[in-house]
Amino acid sequence: MKLKVMAFGIARDILGSAEVDFDLPENSKVGDLKEHLLKQFPAFAGLRHLAVAVNCEYAEDEVIFNAMDEVVIIPPVSGG
Amino acid sequence: MLGRMNLYSNMPDFTPEELSHYNRHLILPEIGLIGQTKLKQSAVLVIGAGGLGCPALQYLAAAGVGHIGIVDGDVVDTSNLHRQVLYGMQDVGRPKVEAAAERLSALNPHIRISYWQEYLTSENALSIFSGFDLVLDGTDNFPTRYLVNDACVLSDKINVYGSIFRFEGQVAVFNALRADGSRGPNYRDLFPEPPAPDTVPNCAEAGVLGVLPGIIGSLQANEAIKLITAAGDALDGKLMLFDALSLTSRILKIRSKVPRIQINQLIDYELFCGIETKSEAIPQLAVKDFERRRLDGNAPMLWDVREPYEYEICNLGGLLIPIGEVAQRLAEIPRDKEVVVHCRTGVRSEKAILMLKEQHGYQNLVNLTGGILAYAKEVDSSMQQY
Repeated sequence: MKLKVMAFGIARDILGSAEVDFDLPENSKVGDLKEHLLKQFPAFAGLRHLAVAVNCEYAEDEVIFNAMDEVVIIPPVSGG
Repeated sequence: MLGRMNLYSNMPDFTPEELSHYNRHLILPEIGLIGQTKLKQSAVLVIGAGGLGCPALQYLAAAGVGHIGIVDGDVVDTSNLHRQVLYGMQDVGRPKVEAAAERLSALNPHIRISYWQEYLTSENALSIFSGFDLVLDGTDNFPTRYLVNDACVLSDKINVYGSIFRFEGQVAVFNALRADGSRGPNYRDLFPEPPAPDTVPNCAEAGVLGVLPGIIGSLQANEAIKLITAAGDALDGKLMLFDALSLTSRILKIRSKVPRIQINQLIDYELFCGIETKSEAIPQLAVKDFERRRLDGNAPMLWDVREPYEYEICNLGGLLIPIGEVAQRLAEIPRDKEVVVHCRTGVRSEKAILMLKEQHGYQNLVNLTGGILAYAKEVDSSMQQY
């Protein structure tokens, strides 16, 4: 299934792009995407905790994706 | 007008000057005299009088928040002036809280301003918070963000959160008080743990668009004023992401973790964020020693971890491998001889060394302490700084 993953802040730096399409097996969960991201982009490990929103709602690892879901990686940001 | 106001026995009187000052609020049905009275009776504490704090303070003061507190231990620097709009050239070197209080008093003499010329710590936070209804987080580092969050939860204060990174910002209202007496999600529901030290650069490291904190800090002031006057809907249970480059924003729904994360006491937040002890583990080379070796014809191999556009501004002639490309270009970094690593300030290079040490077993990397900035300061003053 195709997922559109959007990234902001430091997550965009790590991903190397503001938007990346991922192809994951059917019925994949948020946790599977995180695992996939960590494997492909090891620098995500530095964030320790990957916060993800699916269709504009913060999603825990157990949430199952539907086709065409819009995923946002929420970056930790400290600047002020 | 004055006569009608006195019907509310617990309401403060407004002088004719105040009524004139707040006229455009008073004629808004959503604010009016009742809302303005709530503003006058409210006490808001702003942590950090920097990029976010300046615009937030300016609008909170102008709006007539009766008591404003400011906490910041820093002094004004010229590099602050492109975004910290309360300060001018004449303030460089002055404590920010002092310059800000002076400016705000001139802006609105009808309000009270208190300030603490110190940084917020686990020791002083709860006692400072106790005198205020609402806290606005305009800090610039993760330890203080977790400290503000936890202190708000422990003292039942609403935390109006804002943060910025280059062209992007975030806004949220954490620990909001709901009609049923419960509290909305807080920062730890979003990020239970801080990122590893130096994974996420701050404004000094990554740069920031000057107008961005103006936008985000104003949004924080907007949320604070809405919360105080009960106008509209606050960003409770929501996180707003703003991108100035594409001029888009999105609002994400957030929830409290189940079960709720327990916050029972303030802790050592530097330790929590892994900031202490990191430097001692990484071998360091001072810029002067580096230069001496270079002049002796004994120059170590130099790796520059910055981005190509930074390299163009100035460089020390090192091998340019930006941090993001390290994983693909590991073969170019030898393991059998000393490699000195540098960036602009020495922070990213330490991060690169730590990553290569932990993930790839490198033992031969040395950090150039203070990076290009230290080199420009101590060795070559003609070096272009940025």
